[in-house]
Amino acid sequence: MKPTDIQQPDTFHKVVDCQWACPAHTPVPEYIRLIAAGRYSDAYMVNWHSNVFPGILGRTCDRPCEPACRRGRVEEEPVAICRLKRVAADNKADIRGRLTPIPAQGNGKRVACIGAGPSSLTVARDLVPLGYEVHVYDGAAQGGGFIRSQIPRFRLPAEVIDEEVGYITDRGGVVTHYGQRVESLKALLDEGFDAVFVGSGAPRGRELDVPGRAEAAEHIHIGIDWLSSVSFGHVTEVGKRVIVLGGGNTAMDCCRSARRLGGEEVTVVVRSGFEEMKASPWEKEDALREGIPIRNYLVPKQVLHDQGRLTGMVFEKVRAEYDAKGRRSLVPAGEPDVTIAADTVLVAIGQENAFPWIERDLGLEFNRWGLPVLDEATHQSTLPKAFFGGDAAFGPKNIIWAVAHGHAAAISIDLFCRGEDVRNRPPPEARLISQKMGIHEWSYDNDVSPDLRFKVPHAPDEVALRDITLEVELGYDREMAFKEAERCLNCDVQTVFSAKLCIECDACVDICPTDCITFTANGEEADLRQRLKAPALNLDQALYVADGLKTGRVMVKDEDVCLHCGMCAERCPTGAWDMQKFILEAAKSVPPVHAAAAE
Amino acid sequence: MSFLPKPKLHHPKLPTNDLGFTRRDYEGAISTLCAGCGHDSISAAIIQACWELSIEPHRVAKMSGIGCSSKTPDYFLGASHGFNSVHGRMPSVLTGANLANRDLIYLGVSGDGDSASIGFGQFAHSIRRAVNMTYIVENNGVYGLTKGQFSATSDKGSKAKKGTVNTDEPIDLVGIALQLGASYVARSFSGDKAQLVPLIKGALRHPGPAFIDCISPCVAFNNHEGSTKSYDFVREHNEAMNQLDVILGRDAITTEYAPGEVREVTQHDGSVLRLRKLHNQYDPTDRVAAMHHLHERKAAGEIVTGLLFIDPDPQDLHAHLDTVAAPLNRLGTADLVPGAAALAKVNAALR
Repeated sequence: MKPTDIQQPDTFHKVVDCQWACPAHTPVPEYIRLIAAGRYSDAYMVNWHSNVFPGILGRTCDRPCEPACRRGRVEEEPVAICRLKRVAADNKADIRGRLTPIPAQGNGKRVACIGAGPSSLTVARDLVPLGYEVHVYDGAAQGGGFIRSQIPRFRLPAEVIDEEVGYITDRGGVVTHYGQRVESLKALLDEGFDAVFVGSGAPRGRELDVPGRAEAAEHIHIGIDWLSSVSFGHVTEVGKRVIVLGGGNTAMDCCRSARRLGGEEVTVVVRSGFEEMKASPWEKEDALREGIPIRNYLVPKQVLHDQGRLTGMVFEKVRAEYDAKGRRSLVPAGEPDVTIAADTVLVAIGQENAFPWIERDLGLEFNRWGLPVLDEATHQSTLPKAFFGGDAAFGPKNIIWAVAHGHAAAISIDLFCRGEDVRNRPPPEARLISQKMGIHEWSYDNDVSPDLRFKVPHAPDEVALRDITLEVELGYDREMAFKEAERCLNCDVQTVFSAKLCIECDACVDICPTDCITFTANGEEADLRQRLKAPALNLDQALYVADGLKTGRVMVKDEDVCLHCGMCAERCPTGAWDMQKFILEAAKSVPPVHAAAAE
Repeated sequence: MSFLPKPKLHHPKLPTNDLGFTRRDYEGAISTLCAGCGHDSISAAIIQACWELSIEPHRVAKMSGIGCSSKTPDYFLGASHGFNSVHGRMPSVLTGANLANRDLIYLGVSGDGDSASIGFGQFAHSIRRAVNMTYIVENNGVYGLTKGQFSATSDKGSKAKKGTVNTDEPIDLVGIALQLGASYVARSFSGDKAQLVPLIKGALRHPGPAFIDCISPCVAFNNHEGSTKSYDFVREHNEAMNQLDVILGRDAITTEYAPGEVREVTQHDGSVLRLRKLHNQYDPTDRVAAMHHLHERKAAGEIVTGLLFIDPDPQDLHAHLDTVAAPLNRLGTADLVPGAAALAKVNAALR
């Protein structure tokens, strides 16, 4: 194998599994250390710079970071990264003075953002400090988009949304046009904006197409519309027997909301198997914990009604079959149909994009799925001044992806407005800083906590299920947060090897608790992976290879289960191993505002 | 030294041996020796060997004297019996323990000061009495604890860290062990676990006095230019006679060798020592030839390593003394205190 190039930012970025998995590349271990140190405001600012909505995401994020967390590979469960983020938001002081300053004098450029959801607001946040005047349009009366309309209040209180949307819209530079739905892109372009960002979301829920649907329409609701009605208080009750169709997180929000609005027998019905459901495992768990059964391999066949009054649904039992290529198809199981009685049906089987307000003669092309044709990196459409982000760009994703899109689009818009090539992207900022303080002292806590994941306390069911506005998760208190934060392995503190200092004494090999390090003859990667002290079978994790040793061997470190405990560096007599903090700031149009932790 | 204990978390795929233990279960406390000390590698090799042999930790008695080397039994086999004796007196304590209970596996760990200076006589007599033990000398050629004076195994002409040249003749413990009848004699290097681990395994399974001289560089005081016990010097001058594999009865034999390349020695307990020849003429069952070869290669400036001598059919102290087979702690009072009549009989035999 060729020696690893550690100057390449991706090399060590990939080792920080959580940060690599986060679409916005939030420096997770950095803010977790700040939480452990009780520096909640600093932790909040690290987050705010990267993901813009720490308080919101700390309650609702899809957390791609947690399945990626290295801790989950060395013991049972990952660090509760998402809920620690909430701790930073809950415990911070007034941070308004620390937000990016907005220049009094603008740069004369005007940008329109269509939709006031997370991607549009991110674009606004990233552009306003540069002097742009950003106009945000939304049909709703308040900002937040999906965050406000689709997430139930028992998961996300309105104050949290108001606060974090306010940090963007209420500090000048942003002109909000709430209650003003954009009906024509052409008309908007005619207003002379320098660029337009479309962050209008994926607002249409997919319809259910089975016999009886039309007749019983009064008691059948599209899930996201129904959630938004609940959120605004237009819907306050539901039938006693409720069927929720669909296996995504929207379905989970629907069933749990229905439980709180008087639904006594709430059943989730999914076409696929339980395991393949799109909903996050913890959302499924929360639903099951609230007494909601999830029935799988049932395909809707018919809606039963008694002269328009819904009485139930008939489902066909199916089973999964896989062809040679592993593609799944659901085939009839040949068992009798299943009938489930119901008073209300909530349909949460997916969402579709729709851009009826974009004229088709503007030069803005759409693909066969009805989505705009975009450059994946720049988010630029075939109409050069129009950029897309969030669910409007590549179909339904989630908040953290919308934020990442917003950052990318803001960079593009800034380049575009300055007349530069939008494909000429700024690189991320990466630095390596030694953490050595003394012979065996490091400026991070390298003692590995043996604790298992702490459960976030919940409000008791008898209270929580009676009030749909009561936040059900109580969040970690400071003491629990400290203990959970200590579970973080500090994967951003890298083991950096210098072959010319190494005397090949094996001290690091002997001490490494997870058998990561091997000195051996070089070879092809597949061969080398089998010859290490512990076979490196996780192909997603890179080998760190260094040559230049006196014996002609190579040092091979399997990054897979390294605890970043620093024992290799502590036992190294020559300082050939050093623990160095890898700081990566994903490129943004605005510079970081947080006071970085001691480096 | 590290102040933190080694984290308990281990590699999720860490294999277990026949007893269900992982290698980590054979560890001890974290080492307080200098970072990079060769002794820590030897501890790791002992851990690996005991794990591979599926030795029950509570069946091992680890004994040591005084010195850096003699601290190491704290760093491996945390669940075994241990005795840290007076300086240089480990062989006597080990002999006594062995006489009292021959069922345990005896592992004596010593250093060049402990065995070649203050305990030289003890070392010599335990070997010539043929105590069934594994005796490992962690040999760094220097008094590390007292900041780097030459020890009795320092080579003549070797330079100390501050430049003093050693004028005394060195004691070659391998030569002494061969001369005094050790039935398993090996030399190895802490920086070569591929060689060291099988040698320790073979020694632990050997039913007689097994001696391993393990060169173990002192990173703090004897790893400089001019030292003959530094990592670089040993790597450059290491002449391995053979590569050992210890084959237990149940292990399938998978590797094939050309005829004449491999020599197998079956020990009393059925374990097979398979020696892959790295040096054409070397016969490890010929004691006199081994001694001769050792001197010859030393004169040529080489450090001869590998399994240097093996007596496939050794006898130990218990056989010589015709002692009772059962450990003393399993004998009843009647056996241990046979009474005046028995004593009279013994006395009569001596008249």
